[in-house]
Amino acid sequence: MASTSYREITLNGLWKNNPGLVQLLGLCPLLGTSNSTVNALGLALASALVLICSNTAVSLVRGVVNTAVRLPAFVMIIAALTTCIELLMQAYTYELYQILGIFIPLITTNCVILGRADAFAAKNDPGRAAYDGLMMGLGFAAVLVSIGAIRELLGTGILFANMQLLFGPAAANWKITLFSDYQGFLLAILPPGAFIVLGLLIAGKNRIDSILAERAKARQPEVVVQSRRVRVTGVIE
Amino acid sequence: MALPRITSPHAKGSNRTQRVMLRVLLATVPGIIALTWLFGFGTLINLIWASACALGFEALILALRKRPVGFFLKDYSALVTAVLLALALPPYAPWWLTLVATGFAISFGKQLYGGLGQNPFNPAMVGYVVVLVSFPVEMTSWPAPHMVGPLDAVQHIFGLASLPDGWAQATALDALKINKSLTIDELWMQNPAFGRFGGAGAEVVNLAFLLGGIYLLRKRLFTWHAPIGMLAALAIMSLLFWNGSGSDSHGSPLFHLLSGATMLGAFFIVTDPVSGATSNLGRLLFGIGVGVLVYVIRAWGGYPDGVAFGVLLMNLAAPTIDYYTRPRTYGHRKPTRGFKLGE
Repeated sequence: MASTSYREITLNGLWKNNPGLVQLLGLCPLLGTSNSTVNALGLALASALVLICSNTAVSLVRGVVNTAVRLPAFVMIIAALTTCIELLMQAYTYELYQILGIFIPLITTNCVILGRADAFAAKNDPGRAAYDGLMMGLGFAAVLVSIGAIRELLGTGILFANMQLLFGPAAANWKITLFSDYQGFLLAILPPGAFIVLGLLIAGKNRIDSILAERAKARQPEVVVQSRRVRVTGVIE
Repeated sequence: MALPRITSPHAKGSNRTQRVMLRVLLATVPGIIALTWLFGFGTLINLIWASACALGFEALILALRKRPVGFFLKDYSALVTAVLLALALPPYAPWWLTLVATGFAISFGKQLYGGLGQNPFNPAMVGYVVVLVSFPVEMTSWPAPHMVGPLDAVQHIFGLASLPDGWAQATALDALKINKSLTIDELWMQNPAFGRFGGAGAEVVNLAFLLGGIYLLRKRLFTWHAPIGMLAALAIMSLLFWNGSGSDSHGSPLFHLLSGATMLGAFFIVTDPVSGATSNLGRLLFGIGVGVLVYVIRAWGGYPDGVAFGVLLMNLAAPTIDYYTRPRTYGHRKPTRGFKLGE
């Protein structure tokens, strides 16, 4: 099997095979923690870190693990890494750790991570696997943070509130109040808002893809097919 | 000689959708008059503003979807959605509330699913629930019944003058929901505005909508199954759980039939041919489901009224109801479903 080029891995992770918008994997944390930018960013970073490490580890043990027990083995690796991340977050970003709550241990069950481990890392060398983890993690983070930012903005009129939970006290004044006299559109913060915003993002991506496809089609030179009658049987007098 | 090849049906009505929608609009007139008479001109201003918003959104999204704008605007379905929404919203809802509600109703409730006839949910109720969930304060400030002139109404709705304090008042459903210590008689004694049964405003408005509904029923725009199913279920539920007039009472059957959005829901929302069930038995079950849900939400739920939630939940169940209530095709025996035992 020919190994995938780095360019293709980048394109797949960020756009063509984006875990959030195309594969629709890991929807539970995507919808559950995207009610503000800081929550979304925190979980996205944690997931991406687990994804990079687990992809590397899985790739390293890919020759050793029996195919029959590969999934339990991968899950054990992912669970161990998730525990590390959980302890790290508990140590350095305790408040965020408390806000995200159950969603951090749930990274273990995130389909993106197990999916990439089985579909990519188990078949590629550690370098490619780690890079794929990075790109998939970035793609997932991009979607998660976009949804978080849109929901926070629509729901409260404020962007980047409480960033000090993640970046220390210096980030406390990153808060941007776009509409000062804004009442808040509660639906965006509530669970239905996550579904609606995700749906709109997917629709937007599909629209961009179809425009790109049309352009690519228009750019290609028209193949002129000359019609010619082909006599199959018999003789026409 | 070329013969024209025409297939059936040969007898056609002229633009049915348009006529149906116009009749529905006509049937809301008693309700509009009652609301205006009791609460002042706010309802009328709301109505005009909501209609303008709905037509604007409909035209915009039709243009974006590259559909013929004029053709679809002329079927008046957007106008019906707007009118039903304006009647359901509080009479002095601020202008942006109506804008958001109609915008969601038309774009998310209807056009995103493919336009008229494709929507799984009642668009007006989608819009209503969106603003009810998002802006609870504005949505629960119903004014006490009194006359307000057209100019005042415009000023209140468009935020040029703030609402006077003590203008808003708990509706009878609200009061019953939060009541902990008073018996029904004491509660009604304290609030002369509650009228005889369901709130002085609410009971007249409900009777007016009942009048419009009976007109639609006579014109055979819908069958009796869905509305009667809903009203009967609501009446039976409230009779079953009516624990007298003590402080933990949920209200009498008459109170439930004549307060809140009962009649508007029964004759204008539950009868929606698109998002409801299809067969007669299905419609009956659909109506019963809405009635039961309305009572459950009113008595034990978190909101004072539950018509919108009840309708949306039953919209969700409508395909299943349709699946199990398919009528027998003429000439066929009743189909057997599922596993046949003993064969």
